[in-house]
Amino acid sequence: MMVENSMPTLSRFGIGFLAGMEWKPAQEEFGALPFIYGTVVSSLIAVLLAVPVSIGVAVFLVEQAPKSVARPIAFMVELLAAIPSVVYGLWGIFVLAPFIREYLGPFLQTSLGFLPLFQGRLTGIGMLTGGIILALMITPIVTAVVRDVLEAVPVTQREAALALGATKWETTTIVLGNAASGIAGSVVLGLGRAIGETMAVTMVIGNSPQISASLFEPANTIASLLAANFAEATDKLYLSALIEIGLVLFLVTFVVNALAKLLIMSVASGPDRAKHT
Amino acid sequence: MQNKISISNLNFFYGKAQALYDITLDIPEKEVVAFIGPSGCGKSTFLRTLNRMNDTIPIARADGTVTIDGENIYAPGTDVVALRRKVGMVFQKSNPFPKSIFENVAYGIRINGIHSSKSDLNHRVEKALHDAALWDEVKDRLSSSAFGLSGGQQQRLCIARALAVEPEVILMDEPASALDPIATQKIEELVVELKRDYTIVIVTHNMQQASRVSDKTAFFMLGKLIEFGPTYKMFQNPDEKLTEDYITGRFG
Amino acid sequence: MASTGTSLHNRRKLVNTIMASLTSVCALLVTLLLLLIIGYIAVRGISSLSIQFLIDTPKPVGEGGGIGNAIVGSVMMTLFASVIGLPVGIAAGVYLSEYGRNWYGNIGRFVADTLIGIPSIIVGIFIYTAVVLPMGRQSGLAGSLALAVIIIPIVARTTEEMIRLVPNSMREGALALGAPHWRVSWNIVLPAAASGIATGAMLAIARVTGETAPLLFTALNSRFYNYYLDQPMSSLTVQIFNYATGPFEVEHAMAWAATLVLVAAILVINIFVRTLTRKRY
Repeated sequence: MMVENSMPTLSRFGIGFLAGMEWKPAQEEFGALPFIYGTVVSSLIAVLLAVPVSIGVAVFLVEQAPKSVARPIAFMVELLAAIPSVVYGLWGIFVLAPFIREYLGPFLQTSLGFLPLFQGRLTGIGMLTGGIILALMITPIVTAVVRDVLEAVPVTQREAALALGATKWETTTIVLGNAASGIAGSVVLGLGRAIGETMAVTMVIGNSPQISASLFEPANTIASLLAANFAEATDKLYLSALIEIGLVLFLVTFVVNALAKLLIMSVASGPDRAKHT
Repeated sequence: MQNKISISNLNFFYGKAQALYDITLDIPEKEVVAFIGPSGCGKSTFLRTLNRMNDTIPIARADGTVTIDGENIYAPGTDVVALRRKVGMVFQKSNPFPKSIFENVAYGIRINGIHSSKSDLNHRVEKALHDAALWDEVKDRLSSSAFGLSGGQQQRLCIARALAVEPEVILMDEPASALDPIATQKIEELVVELKRDYTIVIVTHNMQQASRVSDKTAFFMLGKLIEFGPTYKMFQNPDEKLTEDYITGRFG
Repeated sequence: MASTGTSLHNRRKLVNTIMASLTSVCALLVTLLLLLIIGYIAVRGISSLSIQFLIDTPKPVGEGGGIGNAIVGSVMMTLFASVIGLPVGIAAGVYLSEYGRNWYGNIGRFVADTLIGIPSIIVGIFIYTAVVLPMGRQSGLAGSLALAVIIIPIVARTTEEMIRLVPNSMREGALALGAPHWRVSWNIVLPAAASGIATGAMLAIARVTGETAPLLFTALNSRFYNYYLDQPMSSLTVQIFNYATGPFEVEHAMAWAATLVLVAAILVINIFVRTLTRKRY
């Protein structure tokens, strides 16, 4: 059904639709590249920030903390996942964006301002804010998956390392090595979530279809383009363009999620696992 | 012969449940001591008190002293990491790391910084594999995954891995229980061979195995040490009625 | 054992301590974040919250207004979505676990897992093309259907997992008495897994209560109390979005107050359900 409704642009622009730089509905010009760029960059920022922290939290919960400490913290992480996207967006607009404008942005500009990444005007709304909000949102899910794969690593692996005189941390690196493909799966899963996340990003990314080197500049993602414009797209070609880009998002998240699932399953029931559990 | 390990008045608890009662026992240097007894008698728990592997269980608690070379390993301030390097362990099920054969053996050498150079590392890995009687079988595929080995080979790899860090004591927790008779025989021959350089404590549920490999045997039941003595005496003329009943197969 | 006082040994201990502290810092950071977010919502929200606010409909800026109709819309759409989604999801879960140990079931499981990961805005577009375009207008019905599409795969998978936990001996006992397979599923297995399934269902409902993206162009919004599912319908989440992105300070204040209501509802369900059942889902 979605394919059918995206036929007008599919036939008119073909593959060039994905590479087009300009998005001007009034002139019937539809190029999806700025949105693809925004989606990719904001999701990468999110993954880069969220994954190390998530692995840290998961290691803390599984390998280090006593049960009495791990349980309430795990519970809080789950609650973080329960908070709706629109609430993260609201918080992003009124707490995170001013924080970036007043503190984080100026700090980055003075310390790393020679990089094009951190040049330009500081409004608090833009790519970086979107990426950080996404990072907050995917941290609970990545943490939960990493935690599950760490728990699936047999205790005999830990004992083997300890018996060789490994420290707690060295033992943890053995455990992480065992869980490597599952952790990769959690990263991909987090990426998939970030790519498809809509409301919070829409509220803080600035919704401007441009490709800029600066992370402080406003940008746009596929999901927030859809959220902001779908309701008002009355023109048939415009609607078709939006549905087609939605289809792209669907296919990308489908592939990413399938990949994540395969990676995570390989830890739960891999050929290696069968041999040494 | 000098005593390597002395255990005195050791009590061990899981939470409120007592698993070991007042164990006192001396393990002589460069001999093989076997722990036998019916399952659940505490022999594995006791073995794991000797390198403090039970520390990983939060509710576990040990009272009493275990001294190795005259130092109490349960004294406050004991460096458990250094202890475990000195007291190696081989587990019931082989547990190689998901790494190559070479890296499995090299791991302990690397983290402990034992090697002086890359060639020294290679040399040490080769020696450990030799000592574990595995070298000839794996020398052509050192970089392939350890999981490609048979069960018996994996267990000997784990022994090589333990030897590589130059321990003085090796604890073996039913190392052959998951292996076929031929692989078991190889492990047993290896144990006798290793006695020249190491003090070995082996837990086994197989009494023939105990009689074949060990110099001394300790018999445990329900968390208590029933009898401890030279293996030939334990099997031919035990002091205790319980030991005799167990060895002659009247229970267990 | 005396520590071997080499520099390598000390370095290893140091690395161990540093990494242990780093992971603790990560855990602390995430915990603080939750408290910060919830605390901020509570502080900002409570100042604009009143009985009148909970009853009123949105009004032009400066004349007050509230979220009464949005609450009613959210409750109605969530309920209707549950009425459709829960039976379908539970049935699918029973099928997957009781009959799905084959090629067919694996496909179903894979599709359900993939659907769970599909962005909710895509669900909105799907319902837009499938329901809104043919009907000719946005409606509460379309919004409910979008939420139902989100509920179904979640409930299907938790149901399946809960049923897997029912011991096989229970099944075999009933089958041995000559009961047909479907009867065993319905009378024995399902009741045994009921509390777990209920937990999964409650969490799915809490999840869709917070959904915004799939409602934006299916249910749209409405300024009035509306009890008819064939008309556009307001929801708390869309209302929060509108208030939050509006230009005026009073709107922002109302966004915080509405958020407090929404988050309180969702967290109460979550905390209640998760503390009742100690297992994790």
